[in-house]
Amino acid sequence: MNKHETPMLDQLESGEWPSFISGFKRLRDEHPEKRINEVANSLLGQLEHSYETRKGYWKGGTVSVFGYGGGIIPRFSEVGHAFPESKEFHTLRVQPPAGNFYTTSMLRQLADSWEKYGSGLQTFHGQTGNIMFIGTTTENTQHFFDEINEYGWDLGGAGPCVRTAMSCIGAARCEMSCAHEHKIHRLLVNNFTDDVHRPALPYKFKFKVSGCPNDCQNAIERADMAVIGTWRDDIQIDEAEVAAFIAKKGRQYVIDNVITRCPTSCMTLSDDDKLSVDNRNCVRCMHCLNVMPKALHPGKDHGVTILIGGKRTLKIGDLMGTVVVPFKKLETDEDYESLVELAEETIDFFAENALEHERTGEMIERIGLVNFLEGIGIDVDPNMVAEPRQCSYVRMDTWDEEAAKWFERKAEAG
Amino acid sequence: MAMHSRQPIESGCPDGFQYMHPTMVKNYGQWKYHEHPQPGVLKHVAYSGEEIWTVRAGTQRILDVFTLRKLCDIGDKFADGYVHFTIRSNIEYMVADGSKVAPLIKELTDNGFIVGGTKNSVAMISHTQGWLHCDIPGTDASGVVKSMMDELIDEFRTNTMPNRVHITTSCCQINCGGQGDIAINVQHTKPPKINHDLVANVCERPSVVARCPVAAIRPAMVNGKPSLEVDEKKCICCGACFPPCPPMQINDAENSKLAIWVGGNHSNARSKPTFQRLVASGVPNNPPRWPEATAIVKKILKVYKEDAKDWERINDWIERIGWPRFFELTNLPFTKFHIDNWRGARRSLNSSTHIRF
Ligand code: SF4
Ligand code: SF4
Ligand code: SF4
Ligand code: SF4
Repeated sequence: MNKHETPMLDQLESGEWPSFISGFKRLRDEHPEKRINEVANSLLGQLEHSYETRKGYWKGGTVSVFGYGGGIIPRFSEVGHAFPESKEFHTLRVQPPAGNFYTTSMLRQLADSWEKYGSGLQTFHGQTGNIMFIGTTTENTQHFFDEINEYGWDLGGAGPCVRTAMSCIGAARCEMSCAHEHKIHRLLVNNFTDDVHRPALPYKFKFKVSGCPNDCQNAIERADMAVIGTWRDDIQIDEAEVAAFIAKKGRQYVIDNVITRCPTSCMTLSDDDKLSVDNRNCVRCMHCLNVMPKALHPGKDHGVTILIGGKRTLKIGDLMGTVVVPFKKLETDEDYESLVELAEETIDFFAENALEHERTGEMIERIGLVNFLEGIGIDVDPNMVAEPRQCSYVRMDTWDEEAAKWFERKAEAG
Repeated sequence: MAMHSRQPIESGCPDGFQYMHPTMVKNYGQWKYHEHPQPGVLKHVAYSGEEIWTVRAGTQRILDVFTLRKLCDIGDKFADGYVHFTIRSNIEYMVADGSKVAPLIKELTDNGFIVGGTKNSVAMISHTQGWLHCDIPGTDASGVVKSMMDELIDEFRTNTMPNRVHITTSCCQINCGGQGDIAINVQHTKPPKINHDLVANVCERPSVVARCPVAAIRPAMVNGKPSLEVDEKKCICCGACFPPCPPMQINDAENSKLAIWVGGNHSNARSKPTFQRLVASGVPNNPPRWPEATAIVKKILKVYKEDAKDWERINDWIERIGWPRFFELTNLPFTKFHIDNWRGARRSLNSSTHIRF
């Protein structure tokens, strides 16, 4: 094997942070299998060429496994004549377990399979949340998938389809959790396996689940459907722990970092150091709980807030999700079923009404939130807006009926 | 390819409980509080009184099988054999017995992994694919992150920031890297150069025309062949036409630059989630170590660290001190490009006499 010179990449081996280049070189120099040595050498050569010319040299194409239309990111080299051993370098997107947990023995099993068929490079996880097995040929894509599919792993989404979902560690380890993140995650995405594997939507559709408003999964900013745990009763206050916190950090610290930082000014510290919350005005922002996690806990009446329409820049600029369900209890089987139904309604409406290459957020921007709500059968609610309309240029000749609906709904809710 | 008839098992997303530490399964949904004994270590305590200790370590993210197996060996010998990956690709080991933490940290550190990334640190930079394996990148991702983390490693393994700092990178203007307290993203500065010979063969012209956010692309005949033309006055150099039509060559060794954005925050903590705002552009895309971009990031972090109050994220801090002060303190130029003219942008203008002097 003729090793490619990599003077630029070599400079990424200095410094204390673990170096991916050193990892590639280990595959090139130390791996017992010649195929892997050559692929790593070829990849290093092409990457060095990119560094020198400041250009990428991969192009897409069509590669899939038998029975599926998506889940593989095809990569064919444009400079394959110079770097032939990595000229097909496809990535398999594999769905991680909800919550991203692994045993070391399962990781070893995956590594063993990947070594047989692929480059020996993988990432836990890519930006969409998939395990990325980076670098294999068209033929080995199928073999690797067949092997890991037998022991419980399935492909994620790629292209205009329901994408791999993500959920935070939540109830498994976090005291802030107000939801069964992993149950929600699997119920939602596994209800749409067909839409994950066979891209037929206008564009991608992402579910993300965070157990509390800290939203560790970036759901509001990145998911078409964000499901976020919250509570509607009172914050639980452990008075002994409040006293211990004040004793340790001081009164001034609590005033400066908790009381005066509450965004709705709903906290008070009395002269005798008792902390109280005006819970009707608490917006569940999590700040005080994050500062005093021993003393303050979320309430016990858990549920979720659902927002729709978050996405990144392409094509009309970044959009955040919009509240469509301010609070939904998730306790009984029926509760969970109705969550799945809401997702089905949303995806059906999206499939029928979005333009090609339009995300849910862009569709809603184009047709208006009210048309979308009517399409999925959800009533308007003041929690959906930051403020009511400012512009008077609107036709309102059905005002009386709409006002009557509001009072009917209020009467029904009791 | 040979005939193949194995039907896939459409099992979808696997159940995580089978891979979860038994103490976490047992206390699922019953966690009471957590403490942060030292950087990179979290101690969660359940209502049952049981504890789970987490040690978080930064890695190179693109793992070769040797590194993955090394991480597994460490998990078997020094932890309980259960791991978790964070959204920023750090590995976490969970152990039920606190006495295992110190030897675990030592083993990780001895093997070159960096323990940290919790609480008010600079978290692992989240990155995209870049030249390594995306088909449209203007820069690399792993290399940018490696270079920056080398410089920010002390901020990763200590807790000296006012609050946590999430840095992201994106290697095209689709920006799949997401929002960050600081984001370093590719910014093209010239319209695509069109390879007219190829358009007719590889591009579906109507969908390319439809992709442009400012309607700058028109179908045209060039040298007697169907192609496309770009109104260069209208073009905002976003690169959106490149993925559906590779002959629209947007990437340019000199004119594809980096821009730096700050104040993106996905959390609802204290303030509502925010998007990042432009602070610097024209930064050279300079492999293999991108020193110019790192220098600006470090400058912003230095000022933030000195001037922000405890618990203020970068957006909270700027909200308090105002944007004019931000530009003054960081010594970054404020230009006409900072004033938005995109949809809904009137809301970003100041229509009051609220001005700090
Ligand atoms: S989103 Fe909330 S519940 Fe989930 S891990 Fe983050 S803080 Fe915990
Ligand atoms: S959660 Fe936020 S809004 Fe509610 S009391 Fe605490 S700081 Fe105030
Ligand atoms: S940011 Fe753009 S170039 Fe980079 S990985 Fe994402 S889509 Fe590809
Ligand atoms: S770079 Fe963007 S603005 Fe320019 S022609 Fe392409 S899609 Fe349109």
